[in-house]
Amino acid sequence: MDLSLPMATDQLLVAREQMAFTLGFHIILASLGVGFPAMMLIANYIGLRREDPVAIELAQRWSKVAAVTFAVGAVTGTVLSFEFGLLWPEFTGRFGQVFGVLFTIEGIFFFLEAIFLTIYIFGWKRLSGWAHFWTGVPVAICGIGGAFSVVAVNSWMNQPQGFTLGADGSVTDVKPLKVIFNDAVPYEVPHMILAGYLVTCFLVASVYAVGMLRGRRDRHHRLGLLIPLTVGCILAPIQFGVGDSAARAIAKDQPIKFAAMECVQTTHRDVTEYIGGRCTSDGIKGGIGIPGLDSFLVGFSTNTKVTGLDTVPPSDRPPANTLLHLAFDFMVGVGSALIALGLWFGFVWWRKRDIPKTKWFLRAVAVSGVAVVLTLEAGWIVTEVGRQPWIAYEVMRTKDAVTASGGVWVTFVLILALYMALGVAAILVLRSMARRWREGESLDSEVPYGPGEGPPAPSGGAGT
Amino acid sequence: MSTADAVAAVLWVGVTLYAVFGGADFGAGFWSLAAGGGERGVRVRSLIDWAIGPVWESNHVWLIFILVVLWTAFSTAFAALFSTLFIPLSLAAFGIVLRGAGFAFHRIAPGERERRVSQLMFGLASLVTPFFMGTVVGAVASGRVPLGNAEGDPVTSWLNGVSILTGALFVATSAYLAAVFLVNDARRAGDEELERYFNVRALAAAAVAGALAVAGLFVFRADARYFYDGLLGEGLPLVIASILCGGAVFALLHSGRAALARVLAVGALVTMIWAWGVAQYPYLLPERLTISAGAGNYSTLVEILIVFGAAVCLVIPSLGLLYTLTQRSLLEGEVAAPAQKPNAEG
Repeated sequence: MDLSLPMATDQLLVAREQMAFTLGFHIILASLGVGFPAMMLIANYIGLRREDPVAIELAQRWSKVAAVTFAVGAVTGTVLSFEFGLLWPEFTGRFGQVFGVLFTIEGIFFFLEAIFLTIYIFGWKRLSGWAHFWTGVPVAICGIGGAFSVVAVNSWMNQPQGFTLGADGSVTDVKPLKVIFNDAVPYEVPHMILAGYLVTCFLVASVYAVGMLRGRRDRHHRLGLLIPLTVGCILAPIQFGVGDSAARAIAKDQPIKFAAMECVQTTHRDVTEYIGGRCTSDGIKGGIGIPGLDSFLVGFSTNTKVTGLDTVPPSDRPPANTLLHLAFDFMVGVGSALIALGLWFGFVWWRKRDIPKTKWFLRAVAVSGVAVVLTLEAGWIVTEVGRQPWIAYEVMRTKDAVTASGGVWVTFVLILALYMALGVAAILVLRSMARRWREGESLDSEVPYGPGEGPPAPSGGAGT
Repeated sequence: MSTADAVAAVLWVGVTLYAVFGGADFGAGFWSLAAGGGERGVRVRSLIDWAIGPVWESNHVWLIFILVVLWTAFSTAFAALFSTLFIPLSLAAFGIVLRGAGFAFHRIAPGERERRVSQLMFGLASLVTPFFMGTVVGAVASGRVPLGNAEGDPVTSWLNGVSILTGALFVATSAYLAAVFLVNDARRAGDEELERYFNVRALAAAAVAGALAVAGLFVFRADARYFYDGLLGEGLPLVIASILCGGAVFALLHSGRAALARVLAVGALVTMIWAWGVAQYPYLLPERLTISAGAGNYSTLVEILIVFGAAVCLVIPSLGLLYTLTQRSLLEGEVAAPAQKPNAEG
């Protein structure tokens, strides 16, 4: 096994690794940025409606957690915008004027989200209940708007359109509306926004499930579990449907990505769907096969023809097909498991108006928090690795987009170290916040965007 | 004025806002680092913390605005800059990570030691980030960024007299601006000792920035001739306005009129930024790429202008609401100090 550092010899690989790592890190924070404001508003709403101090307290704490994750996400997002130039100057140099249209819109949403999150956190003590609630609503709306803009860029990379490419490679005749509402938007954007919500829901629920497993079964934990779990269990089946139609759309729009996900080597009908296994040049080895199902899922008939990898030369096929296949299966598997969890929860709630008593339920919720994050990464691997070797599908190859500058492996190593530290610090800080809340501190003034302490005491005054 | 020029002006508005708001933040970080340990260092940092408070990181959204407008409107220039200037821009990005992390964690950090590490990170990053950004500007001004993918020299493009001087000038200007702001903040907090503390430092930083600017003229003359000619040609009225503002700040600080000094300090910076823009006009990359040649598709440019218009309509009232809320509650002293830490020294 070759463990040597990736040296400058493979510029493309290192650049892709750095992009994958920084994006894979940011996507978790971005998901929380999309979903967390909604959680905090639901808790706030319940608190105001039922005059429930526990729900208000949850909303307060969640808004502070959202502030920390938003602040870290703002940083990792800035790094990504640098990387558009640092890693992919040829791509941005040519197509920046096309997809950039979406980022200008994203900028507004991001700015408004930052402003209203600050107002919301600031407003806990300064605005009356409902007025304060309404200052939080733009945060949730801007989260969705920002997600739309960014994910639509990725959709555009999957279905580049809204421009004309001249013979010399120059871009002319940009049509902003075609870029903004490109063909992959209707399935990719809802899938990712729902993913953001699901990640938030099950991650937050898992935190309270762990607390309850440790014996903290007060109303605070119960409500902290119930709010996100209910939302998550309602959204999980919707996400399953959206994901299913996304897969069908990809079979049509990006048949080679689909073929690699399912390891379909030759174009044929009555294609077997494999669960698990290893992708080889002869098809899947070692998986569980269900004859005809793959064709059925693509066209609702086992007679549907599925495009195979052999329709394009090897240089146009994505790498790491086994990884793609397993990542896709994992996404579908966890999606199904979340629906099962929802059915369990829903059934018991319907009969007893209570959370299932068994510890196994709480354990399952605790595991779901980790599982959703892994699923998020798996889904992102499917869409990104599956699009290779293209950075813009059938328009520009990733190898033609990469920087000619040396030293990418140095920045990659530094970024790895820096982000590890950032991730560890973020987790330690969040844990210490939880501990201090349990000890009765409010942490009003200490969170990012928080009101801060009063003016420092003048000299001579405080020290005496 | 062509559409491309209008978009370039929008970009320059972003640069100006970032220079003022982001610059003041970088400078505050510099003074936080320079304050050192001890009781006074703690007081200086808590004043800085209080002063830049909740609006702190919103200021840095302007950087994202600049990047996005640059790559959308002037894609080829963006690609040339980020490939040739890979090293300083990577270092600036690292600085932003450290600064942002410092911001996210410095007050909420679990222990005293962690808090100190966050503050140190914040201070160091505030020092190096504007420096590297300055070297990038120096590389552009001295015409060291050719078009294409990493066509320029990866090292000498930004490690040269013009770049280093511009980097130093960025740091000094940030420190100067922040110190002038902090004089006002110390007064607002009723701390006369810190008011004097920052008054002295504002004067010193102003002197350093002024000296660097004068030295800069000689360096630009030798190595960034187009830029130099532009500064002393069409940019001259703005340069003179900047010098007058800067001189007035000096006098006002001496006589203790800090509020007016703050306005004029901003004026000195803004006129300098626009003098730079005028000096470079009509080039994006002096003598290599003009604004009109570097501009993207017409419909993209129009879209940027529409979005900018929408941003002005949406963001400014929101920011107004935020500043009103924070200022009012600060002024009314509503922000009691629930977690005011007792002073270590008895």
